[in-house]
Formats: sequence, C-alpha cells, structure tokens
Amino acid sequence: MHPFTLERPRDLSAALAFPAHSGRHDAPTEYIAGGTDMVQLLQEHVRRPERLVSLAGLLDNSIDVGPQGLRLGAAATMADVAAHPAVIEQFPVISQALLNSASPQVRNQATMGGNLLQRTRCPYFRDVGYSACNKRAPGSGCAAIGGENRWHAVLGTSENCIAANASDLAVALVALDATVEVRGASGQRTVPLIDFYRLPDATPQIETVLEPGEVIAAIAVPANAAARRSHYLKVRDRASFEFAVVSAAVALEMDGARIRQARIALGGVGTKPWRVPRVEAALAGTTLDPTTLRRAAAVAAEGAQGRGHNDFKIELMQRAIVRAVEIAGARA
Amino acid sequence: MTSFDVTRRQLLAATAVTGGALAGGQFLSGTTPPAAAQGAATAPVPLNVVLRVNETEHRLTLDPRTTLLDAVREHLHLTGSKKGCGLGQCGACTVLMDGKRVKSCLSLAALVEGREITTIEGLARGEQLHPLQAAFIERDAFQCGYCTSGQIMAGVACIAEGHAGSPQEIRDWMSGNLCRCGAYDHIVTAIQDAAREAGSVRGG
Repeated sequence: MHPFTLERPRDLSAALAFPAHSGRHDAPTEYIAGGTDMVQLLQEHVRRPERLVSLAGLLDNSIDVGPQGLRLGAAATMADVAAHPAVIEQFPVISQALLNSASPQVRNQATMGGNLLQRTRCPYFRDVGYSACNKRAPGSGCAAIGGENRWHAVLGTSENCIAANASDLAVALVALDATVEVRGASGQRTVPLIDFYRLPDATPQIETVLEPGEVIAAIAVPANAAARRSHYLKVRDRASFEFAVVSAAVALEMDGARIRQARIALGGVGTKPWRVPRVEAALAGTTLDPTTLRRAAAVAAEGAQGRGHNDFKIELMQRAIVRAVEIAGARA
Repeated sequence: MTSFDVTRRQLLAATAVTGGALAGGQFLSGTTPPAAAQGAATAPVPLNVVLRVNETEHRLTLDPRTTLLDAVREHLHLTGSKKGCGLGQCGACTVLMDGKRVKSCLSLAALVEGREITTIEGLARGEQLHPLQAAFIERDAFQCGYCTSGQIMAGVACIAEGHAGSPQEIRDWMSGNLCRCGAYDHIVTAIQDAAREAGSVRGG
C-alpha cells in the first residue's frame, strides 16, 4: 500500500469536515467504511490516497421497514440486510441480490454505502500493470476496448470506458426506485439512485454525483405493490462468490394472470445499473406467455453495443429478463 | 530450549524485520509505478491501537496500513491465521469479529478497536479442541493445511449461523474459503459432523 494518514474522527460532523471524496477516482482524501473494496484497491496500488478518513462507527446501521417503505442506514452490513425478516418478506429481490454477492465473510464486513460505491471489476482498472485506463488514469485510453472484454458493459458505454458496474444490490434498488440520502457538511440532499451514478462519457473517473465531503447516509426504498413479488436472477461463471455476467432484478404487480406493472433493472451489462422502462411498458397488461415475454425482452437490446467478447450479453440479458419475469410471476 | 535454540517463528520474525526494511527500499525504486512513488517518502504517522484478541487486550503502535491479519500475525505472533491472497479471495485469514466471520486481510487493524477478535488460537478450551477442530482431524479434512485455520473459523461461523443443514448449503456458505488441495468433500463432512454435536456453537 502507498503510505497514507488515517483519520479516526469521533463523530460524523468531524468526518464530514474533511473534503474526502468517494465519487471520483483520483481524490487525495477518501473515506473508508467496511473497507472490503478499499483495502483491495489500496493493496494493489489502484488507489493511492494521501489520507483516509474512517467512517467506522459514525453512520447509522439501522434497518427500518414501515408503511413508507424500507430505510437502510449506510452502515448496515450486507449480511444484516439480507437476513432481515421484513426485507426477505417485503423486498425479496434485495435480500436475494445481497445473498448472491461476495462471500459470507465479506457480507459481514461490507456496508450498504460501500457496496453502492464499490469500483468496477474491470481487470484493466484493477491491474496497474496496464497503463491504459481512463478511469484510473484519465486520458490514458481504454485497454478493454479491443482487449479482453467478455466481462464488460454493452449499455451506457463510451469510447473512453466500457467498465460494468459491479454491484448486485444497486440493480435491485434501481428496479425499486430507491433514493440515496446524501449528507455533507452543509446539509442533506436526496438523489434517485439511478441518477446517483454517472455515465462514463468523457470522464469515467467521476463515477457518482457525490461532491467532496459528502457521504451516503442512508438508502430509502419506497413501498410498492410490486416489491413483494420480486426476484433477482444472477448469471455467473460459478454458482457462488462470483460477480454477475448478466443479472436481472424484476418486480411484478399482477392483476390475476396479467401484469399490472413490471419493474426491471439489469446488472453486468451497463456502465451503471440499467433500468429498462421500455421493456416494462411492453410488459404492462400482458400475460406471462413465453412468446410475449420474449418479444418484450427484445426491447432491452435497443442501443446495446458489443465489443467482441461481450457480444453474447445482448442475447443473454434478454433471456435473463424472460426467466426472471417467469420466476417472479410464479411467486405466490 | 537452550539459549542457542531459535524457534522457526523467532527466526521468521527476525527475518521479517530486516526483510521488511529492505523490501521498503526496493519498493520505492523498483516495483512501484511512478505515480505511486511520488509522495511515498512521507512516512505514515503511526497509530496507537488497542486490539482485543482471544479475550486479551493488546496495546500496539501500528503503521496505519497494517491489516488486522498482519497485526495478529506479525505483531501478536498469532500465526494460525494465514495470508493467502491478501485480497479477500481465499479465506485463509478468516477470523471471528464479535462472533461473526470476517476476512482479516480486508480490515485495517486501527479500525477494529473495541471489537472482540477470535483467531484459531482462541478456539480450543485448554487442551480440549473445538468440536470442528476434532472433526477436521477425524475426517482428514486437509492436506497441506494452509487453508485449514480459515476453513475451521468459517465453518464454526457457518454452524453458528445455522447454514450447515445440507452438503449443498454448506458448500454455498463456505464458498469464501478456497482449498487448493481440493479437500472440499472432507471439509463438508467434518462440518456436518460438528454441526450435529452439542457445543459446536461457541468460539465467538
């Protein structure tokens, strides 16, 4: 690890007084909470902050379910949220997304806020032996375009970056219209999670809308009739402890045999969690008939661009949507 | 032990000190990418850290970069926890923190003050092995042994969590621990054995 000064503030306001930055890659001061992604990146010299500001013990870790919906404190661990009985019952897609992430050990350490801020698994980003990575070294190029890009995004990419967002949790949350409570020294603001992430465009090193000195304080998921009938389907190279090749988070509200409303987000295919509103619109009012589902899922491919090794994801994500809708639809 | 005897551990510890100093010097001139080397001359401010490990409190002064794993191995000389990958992928460093399994290579030691850490050394009660330690021996659940302490700590947690119901469930909930010798079948059987025994749910 590159040497750094470690600050252990006594309370959150002291922590927020540091202009640490969680939302862009090259910040000299950064926050650390559960540390599971940060320590990996420090160990591999991918991140070299001069100062780390600890948020350990300073943020809310409560999990509350009420008539308004679900509220997750930023410091709640993946394991605690996944195992919470009301989350399992009322927001199964969130519990499933978490249980299909990482390993039991990491789920005991990693926090909600950190999960949303984890960096991409793009191997070129995570290996400083490669000089070309616009996310790690702005202006250096993208080794994944024209390189080994089987794991990379096909939606929301730019000529500067095709790295996929790695969070399963974020996919489930985006499907359910979650918002992020952002707190900084000057106050608090609420941002829809889907707008919290930025597309890479010309600045892939800036990943979120967080400003210096801002942290995620909590996540809110509004109550929704579709949330109970939800499912997270994760397609990956091994059955456990692996990131998604393609994933689909689906929530359905049924009216007898017909879909009243569908909410669908995709993982593994976008540079950020990818909501597919046009697929949702195509499913509204239809039955779970396979031909109908297949036709609606095909809309997801609009605008998708493969780069060679990842071309298969364009077909696979459509099949994942169909399968996930079928599974959610079959749920009582 | 005569005054000339040196244990393997003492030898390694002494070597590590000199080796570490050398490696630090080489590091700046050699393997570090140029951007990383800039500013690397500023020595990190050491931190006073109080760690509770196996029911004993330890006062340490640590480089902020010290992981919990390095703290228990290199500073407390509890070398049962192993460093495999150092990146949270292999699970050889698994310890219990407040009774829950964690990867000690992914925690900075200075950030786990006040937490109760249990390493493999804290699992037995005197000469009496934890039922899962005994089951690993009975079932021959290892070959080279490097992953074993991590497997046992993860297995103890797996049983305590209630995730040791079937072989498939055990495999799923033990997926954070790799065994390059491929002793998985025997590890699963050992965990099944211990899960059936009263007294397995302790150690954290």
